[in-house]
This record gives sequence, structure tokens and C-alpha cells, in this order.
Amino acid sequence: MKKSQPNYRTLVVTVDNKFGVLARVSGLFARRGVNIKSLAVAPTDKAEFSRITVDLDIELESVSLDQIIKQLDKLINVVEIRALDPDKSVERELMIVTVKAEASQRDELVDHLDKVGGKVLNIGTESMMLSLVETSSVIDDFESFLSNFGIVELQRTGRVALDSL
Amino acid sequence: MTSENIDGGKALIRALEKEGVEVMFGLPGGAILPVYDPIIDSNIRHILVRHEQGAGHMAEGYAQATGKPGVAMVTSGPAATNIVTPLCDAYLDSIPLVVITGQVPLAAIGTDAFQECDTTGITMGVTKHNFLVKDAQDIPRIVKEAFHIATTGRPGPVLIDVPKDIVDPKNSRSQLNWVDDPEMDLPGYEPEKNFDLSGIEKALELIQNSERPIFYVGGGILKARAAEALRELVEITGIHVVTTLMARGAFPDSHELCLGMPGMHGNYTAVTSMQKADLLVALGARFDDRVTGKVDGFAPDAKIIHVDIDPAEIGKVRKPDVAITGDCRLVIETMVDLLKKQGVASTDRSEWKSSISGWQERFPLTYENSEPGSKLKPQYVIEQLRDLAPDDAIVASGVGQHQMWTSQYWNFDSPYTWINSGGLGTMGFSIPAAIGAKVGNPDRMVWAVDGDGCFQMTAQELVTATVENIPIKVALLNNSYLGMVRQWQDMFYQERYSEVFLSEDVPNYKAWAESMGCVGIRVDSPEEVPEAIAKANEIEDRSVVIDFRTAAEEHVYPMVPSGQDNSSIVVPPSQESQER
Repeated sequence: MKKSQPNYRTLVVTVDNKFGVLARVSGLFARRGVNIKSLAVAPTDKAEFSRITVDLDIELESVSLDQIIKQLDKLINVVEIRALDPDKSVERELMIVTVKAEASQRDELVDHLDKVGGKVLNIGTESMMLSLVETSSVIDDFESFLSNFGIVELQRTGRVALDSL
Repeated sequence: MTSENIDGGKALIRALEKEGVEVMFGLPGGAILPVYDPIIDSNIRHILVRHEQGAGHMAEGYAQATGKPGVAMVTSGPAATNIVTPLCDAYLDSIPLVVITGQVPLAAIGTDAFQECDTTGITMGVTKHNFLVKDAQDIPRIVKEAFHIATTGRPGPVLIDVPKDIVDPKNSRSQLNWVDDPEMDLPGYEPEKNFDLSGIEKALELIQNSERPIFYVGGGILKARAAEALRELVEITGIHVVTTLMARGAFPDSHELCLGMPGMHGNYTAVTSMQKADLLVALGARFDDRVTGKVDGFAPDAKIIHVDIDPAEIGKVRKPDVAITGDCRLVIETMVDLLKKQGVASTDRSEWKSSISGWQERFPLTYENSEPGSKLKPQYVIEQLRDLAPDDAIVASGVGQHQMWTSQYWNFDSPYTWINSGGLGTMGFSIPAAIGAKVGNPDRMVWAVDGDGCFQMTAQELVTATVENIPIKVALLNNSYLGMVRQWQDMFYQERYSEVFLSEDVPNYKAWAESMGCVGIRVDSPEEVPEAIAKANEIEDRSVVIDFRTAAEEHVYPMVPSGQDNSSIVVPPSQESQER
């Protein structure tokens, strides 16, 4: 597994778990022309707050991450915000994917799936549905491996992350 | 606590009363009708405007002149979109507003119902915060939160969008238990920033050792009610002050250490002293592009101390050497206390002071007055207005040349006497803003200095002024052109006047003013000016509009051409040969 320079920045934003809050947060990125690479939102252990993990495509010359953080923090519904240091955090992402798999190909597929720790969710006559919880880069690699078989449908959740201990 | 069932409309008005609201500006319509009904029984004075934009600007003028939050209420759809401009204006100039908009009933939201628009979506980017009320029970809390957010930290506009069924007593959804003192639920809002003392100590060290320091004072000083504290700091340090367009009056123009307004149309000394300074102490200022000119070339030798209550302003434009995030008044008072303890260093600034007085002598604001019988010079009109107005007069302006001349030539000696649209540059601001200021200060004279382009955007609010008995005075600097645009076409577009000529004769401003119940006066020649103003000043029971016929070719000087650095300041032709 290579550790490449990320071309994105990860922000972790704790917000009020209320309608419209995601629109306020994403609207701030939109107004500055910053693309959201991935986004995961769900309530925290306290039901009144949600945690947003967002990866931003950032060309740092045009937009200052520091400025974005300060302006996000000004939103009334943002309770806490920080940039996540990729070296000091543990991240995971979930992918579920339906991939073409003839009976003759399935051993190779399952063998590789076992190595990365994935699961078989569903089996059809000509295809299989798999899931994998891993880092985004492992999922990237596995996705390109699967593309040799033919991906029918695929969904990734976007990254979630916590500080490492 | 006694439990009392009331409906949402009554609750909304009662919540406003509890916030101490004395006056609100608005115009009713379908969706907001249930909230208008209880106004009849309320002590709140409601001023019925002629256009919702007027309601917003009146609320802004009221807020700027009184320091209290301005309140406006309008209906849904087009009324909500009409008040978007004042919201954005208030957002850019940090003016505390609470705006209430009607909305179609909850069940109709998203169905393209009559007069429906996505008000919270549209105003998301131009408000400090907005609310869509979904439960009548939330009304007391949301109103309390709205006022809290609007008035604390960096002030700004807050909008409350109220679906009709939530406030309509005929609908069971509108019933709630009145809560007298609801608990706010704003875990993400911490407006009070505790600054640490070490920043102040570092700042004072820079101030004490600087040879060419300038206090760069912005509108934040006025928001923080810090004018008195500032004066003490200035006098104890002996350092010169520039007051930005948003800060005129925060430090008295007549004080020997006041250099006046910096920026694109700032005076030469204010612009140049900032440019040559070795230290800029920015107090509640935001390094706006109209002040800095080309940022890369702005005050190249200056270290920066930046004091602001909004952390997002620190380093936004220029990286400071010392950043203090906090309330300007508290920061300045702490500085003064520390300076009194440590004593003020005797850094020799005699050379700097003589540079400053040299610039002041060589490059004063100047214009050539016109001969009797010829068109008026706008600067002369403003000087006359200034000299004939009482000391506590309030002046509001629109946007353009007349705004710059008023800021340059008026003598602002007290805070909260100057009201204008600085950040957004909203033409048509002055008349409604002046009306709002007058409502808040019924015993003071309020002048609106306007251009003819601006006047035609919002003049209908003079009907409001007449009907509601809010007598203001309007000085219309009428040059038949969109003057500032014409100036740019003169200077940068080879005098190709594209779409800037309005009309020499239409409308007839005197007749228009009279038709709105005002006194209309027309002045064509300079010798008539003092008399006309004196006459206007004597009229207290009605609004007055003076149509001053001014010279179209007059330019606002000095000027830093857009995109250039401040050392490229263009002085009036009569000063071009002066040594810089």
C-alpha cells in the first residue's frame, strides 16, 4: 500500500443535527468553488449533534483552508471544526459493489476479497455483490482490481475518520 | 411559571415586545397577515413602507443611528426577495437586523404555491443566520435567539421565516404555551472571544517602538461602542488616526490627530500616511479592497496589528504580525490601562509628524467653486449643508460621487452621525436609511445626501415619511448623470459615456417632492445655496427636497485607480505639480 500525497484535505465538522445544516456547510464550499470529494454525515453519540467528515479537492493557492475553517466556524450551527491530520488519524470507508463474475472467475475473486478482508453479500447467476470496509486507498486498489471483471454497480460511503490513539 | 396558551402570531409580537422592540418597518401581505393583526393591540410602532427594500434600509438606518437592532417584517415571495438587498447590505456592513418574512403554510412549501419562494435558501449567504419556524412552540425561543445572534459578536442580519399556519389562530398548529424566558439552544455560537494579554503586550511593544505608526480605524469601533476608549488611546499615544468610510465619526475630524478617510477616494494624507507607515494598528477594520488598493503594494513597510472580534477577518487579506481576536472596546481599554502603568515610550516621531503636516499642507481636499449663474459644485453644496446644520445632525448618503464628497467634506465629530452603504454600495440607500435614523432620533436633524440616480430608486419612501410624519431633509446633488460611472468613463473609457446620462429635465424633482407631501426647492446657482438650506432647516413639520443642479464634469479627487497600489493616487489637477 503506497501512501501518496493526498490531493484533498479532510475536515471534521460537528454540527447541530437539524434540517438545513448540511446545506449551510456545503453552500459555503460551493460559493468558493471548492469541490467536495467525499462526504459522510451521521449523528454522533449525542443525538443532537451530527458529525460531517468531508474531503475537499483543494487548490491551495486559490483558497485558504484556514480561511474556510474560520468561516465555517462562524456558521451558527457549527459546534466544532478542525482539519484532520492524515498521519494522526484512522480512517475507513465502506464500499458495496456488484461485479460480473462467471462461476469460473469466482475463486480468484473471493480469494482476493478474503485477502483485503471483504465480504460476499449476495450471489446471483452472473454476478456477485461484495462489501469492503477499508481505507480509501485500499478500496481504490480493490476497485481497480474489480474493474477487470466488470463493475455493474458500485457505491462508496465517503471516508469517516477519528484521531488515532 | 404560569402556562398560557396563545397563537403564534400573538407570540411573535409578544416576543418582539419582550426584546424591547419599539418600532418596526414593514408591509403586510397574505402569508404574514396573522402576525399583522396583533400589531393593532401592541405598543410597537409599525411604519408602513411603500416597498419592502425601504423597510430593510429603514431598519438599517435606525440600527446605525441608535445602536439598537432594526426590525422589519414583510410577507412571503416577492416581499422576501425585495428585502434581500437590505439583508446583504446589513451583512456586509455588520448591522444588527431582525427580519421576519411570511411563508406559505408548511404543507404548501415546495409546491410552487402562490407567493412562495425559498426564502431561507435565498438568504443563506446574506444573513448571519436564518430560521424557518416549523413549530409554533419554537417562536419565543427563536425570536430570542435571533436578537442574540444579531446583536452579539460581530453584529449582522438574522431572518425568521414564518409559515402562515404556524401563526394563524384559525389553524390548530399555531397554538403554543407561551414561555416567558425560553432557553436558547445555540451550542455552536460563542460570540465572546477572550483575548489573551500576551497579544496586547506584544502589540504595545510594537506601538511603543514604531516610528511611523497609524491607527487604522474601521466600523468595528462603532459597533463596539469604543469611540471614547479610542480617543483615550489616541491621546495617550499621540498617534494619528484614519477613519474608514464605515468609521467616519468614530474619532472627531476636528481633532489634530485625525487624518480623515483613507482609501480609493480618501484624502492624500490619510492614504499616503498608511502607505508609508511602519506600523498599522487595525481596529475593527477589515482591509477592504477600497482601502488597500492593490493588496500586494499596500503599506509595504508596515507591520500589522489586527484587532477584530471576528476571527475570520484576521489574516483574510493581510497576515498580521500581532492578532488580537476580541471586542475592540475591551481590547483598547486594556491597552490604555497597560500604557498608563508602563508609561508611554518617548520614541522620536518628529520627522514622521512633519511629513504628515507637509502632506496636509500640500494636498488638502480642494475644488474650485463655480461662478454665480453657473452650475453648482457639489463640494460647495456639502460644505454649506455642513456649516448650516446643527452639531448633532445625522447625515445619510446614497452611493456614488455624492457619498464620497459627503464623507470627505462633512465634519464628523461624533459617532453615529454618518450612515451609508459601505460594503455593498447600495444605490437608493439614503432616503429610507435617513427615515430610519429619524425615527430613532425624532429630535435631531437628519439629512439625506442623494444623487439623482439613487433618488429615483427609492424616492417613493418620502410618501412614507410624509404619511408617518417623519420629516427628513434631502439634498439631491443632481447632475443628470450616474456620476461615479461617468467619472470612470471619463478616466478609463476615453470619455465614452455609455448609458450614464439620465435626463436634464425629467423627472421634475420639485413637483415630485411636492406630490409626495414634501417641500420642493430647486437651486440652480451657487449664490442661492445658503438661503435654500436655511429655509429647509427651518421646516420641521414636513420633509424637504432640495434639487441642487450640479456640474456633471466634476470628479471626486483624490482617486486611487482600481487595481493599482495606493502610491498611484491621482490628485486634482491643481495639485499635480506638488512635490509628493
